[in-house]
Amino acid sequence: MLNTDLNLAAPDDFYEALVELHRDLTPEQSRLVNAKLILLLANHIGDQAVLRQAMAKAREGIIPACQDADLRTLA
Amino acid sequence: MRGGKAPLNVDYQALVLDYARSPDQDAPRPVWHPVIVVGAGPVGLSAAIDLAQQGVPVLLLDDDDRLSTGSRAICFAKRTLEIWDRLGVGQRMVDKGVTWNLGKVFFREEPVYSFNLLPEAGHQRPAFINLQQYYVEGFLLERARELPNLEIRWKNQVTGLEPAPDGVTLTVSTPEGEYRLRCDWLVAADGARSPIRRAMGLESKGRTFRDRFLIADVRMQADFPAERWFWFDPPFHPNQSVLLHMQPDGVWRIDFQLGWDADPVAERQPDRVIPRVQALLGRDTQFELEWVSVYTFSCLRMEKFRHGRVLFAGDAAHGVSPFGARGANSGVQDAENLAWKLRLVLEGKAPASLLDSYDAERVHAADENILNSTRSTDFITPKNEASRAFRDATLELAKDCGFARRLVNSGRLSVPSTYRDSPLNTPDGDAFEGLMQPGAPAVDAPVRVRGESAWFLRQLGQNGFSGLYFSDGGDLHPVRLEALRSLAGGAVPVQPLLVTPQGVRPEETGGIPVLEDPEGLLTRRYDAQPGTFYLLRPDQHVCARWRRFDPGLVRAALARATGNA
Repeated sequence: MLNTDLNLAAPDDFYEALVELHRDLTPEQSRLVNAKLILLLANHIGDQAVLRQAMAKAREGIIPACQDADLRTLA
Repeated sequence: MRGGKAPLNVDYQALVLDYARSPDQDAPRPVWHPVIVVGAGPVGLSAAIDLAQQGVPVLLLDDDDRLSTGSRAICFAKRTLEIWDRLGVGQRMVDKGVTWNLGKVFFREEPVYSFNLLPEAGHQRPAFINLQQYYVEGFLLERARELPNLEIRWKNQVTGLEPAPDGVTLTVSTPEGEYRLRCDWLVAADGARSPIRRAMGLESKGRTFRDRFLIADVRMQADFPAERWFWFDPPFHPNQSVLLHMQPDGVWRIDFQLGWDADPVAERQPDRVIPRVQALLGRDTQFELEWVSVYTFSCLRMEKFRHGRVLFAGDAAHGVSPFGARGANSGVQDAENLAWKLRLVLEGKAPASLLDSYDAERVHAADENILNSTRSTDFITPKNEASRAFRDATLELAKDCGFARRLVNSGRLSVPSTYRDSPLNTPDGDAFEGLMQPGAPAVDAPVRVRGESAWFLRQLGQNGFSGLYFSDGGDLHPVRLEALRSLAGGAVPVQPLLVTPQGVRPEETGGIPVLEDPEGLLTRRYDAQPGTFYLLRPDQHVCARWRRFDPGLVRAALARATGNA
């Protein structure tokens, strides 16, 4: 079960570190760092149900504004 | 070649297979055949050989007079080789093919991940061989020609078809005009663009990927090992992927990702291809271009593979991306799944509804192949900036993080499906561990037969069901022995086999073949104990198993596995 209550001992410290992580990076570099971070944390959490809940929560309320160009449905 | 022994080095690509007029063309009415197979590719040839070997007369029609031009499919999986062992051509394929088990993945210049597709010993066949499709077709053709009840007609193109509840009437076009044929069952193995599918107004639906790939098969002397090498974003072909793979006769498969915007006609020209190959091999390496092709691919399938008396198999029924070698391999498995069922139906030993299990099992397998192949393609051809970032993140982490190596996906290579939910399975009533659950393809193990080393899968009934009884090597009760022996005598015979520990055997086995299990591997792989009994289908899939042998339960499971329950 995804915990959405506070679970961080020093929340402000964490947030600062997260912002600091991206200092001086281009959007492309940031995207790569974020991707690595997600993969590392996902593997650490390991629980597929929790990960799916987190993905659903992250996507909540976001309406796709474009379509991936590199696929099409046949027939 | 006809009738004689095949010469050692046949140029199968150059072989012209002569059209010959058949008496059927002069018949006043359409001549009837029990089974017509359309398409003499690896799938159609395998299906035709399997049926003919089981005693069913087969007519195989092909619209061309040549075998495969170009190497095309080159990776043939362990299960396919085991099927071809049953069809009598496995050894020839392995002898000519390049055996490999190892795959390596590089990111930019560095190796990030390697995998062994056959990490354990005790199997006769390797995970894969690489062999040009024209050899595969050539060897299958030569085997087909040994079978007197298998007739092949080249330059016979199906141009019309009338399916009816009791059979199918075909219009066939030849260099000497049209004629008509009738059959009880039609096997359509006529490829991705299946004219039969189109003639029936049916579709194969799915997704196509907006990416292009270049195959350059080159002939050269090179000292790369017999492994599958896959690069993401290498310096010699930036931002794209490259695959390198060894084939027999000093031919190498190089597959370059080009991207969607590449011009498919221009990219095929030697002046474009040669610099790409030189970038990989270095300017000094001498090579010749053997075959060049630019392709795109789709993951798709027909909704159903059985349409009355027409059965679709191979690329006609489903399509995948090439990265898991799941196309030709799954097609050969279609053929094997279909052949024994069709034979039982034709012999009147099973209802036609048995063929619905072909549809259920092979649609399940196609979905599994499409799922795996789509996932690989999503990794190799990222859909958007985010998926590209996750791909690169995975590859960078893979250098020093074990978990990320397992996420790297350069192709999940073909393994046979387990038909878990097949209506032909008898669900377990007893507790078992391991992989050999009902629906699973039987795994191999070393055995000893009459003191000689042999392989388990080769001992199974060649065209029928097998019953595997694990004993402790002590004497069998005469009643049990007789019950085992009588399995071979039913309308659908079951070949009994007796497994014993090494060096022990019952005094009297009543003619039942004895397989000694020298390393205990067979017993372990089947989680067997003395008394365990497995019922295996003609296609070597498990359909039932018990901790003790009960002839009544075996009969019930056999009825179920043949659609007679």
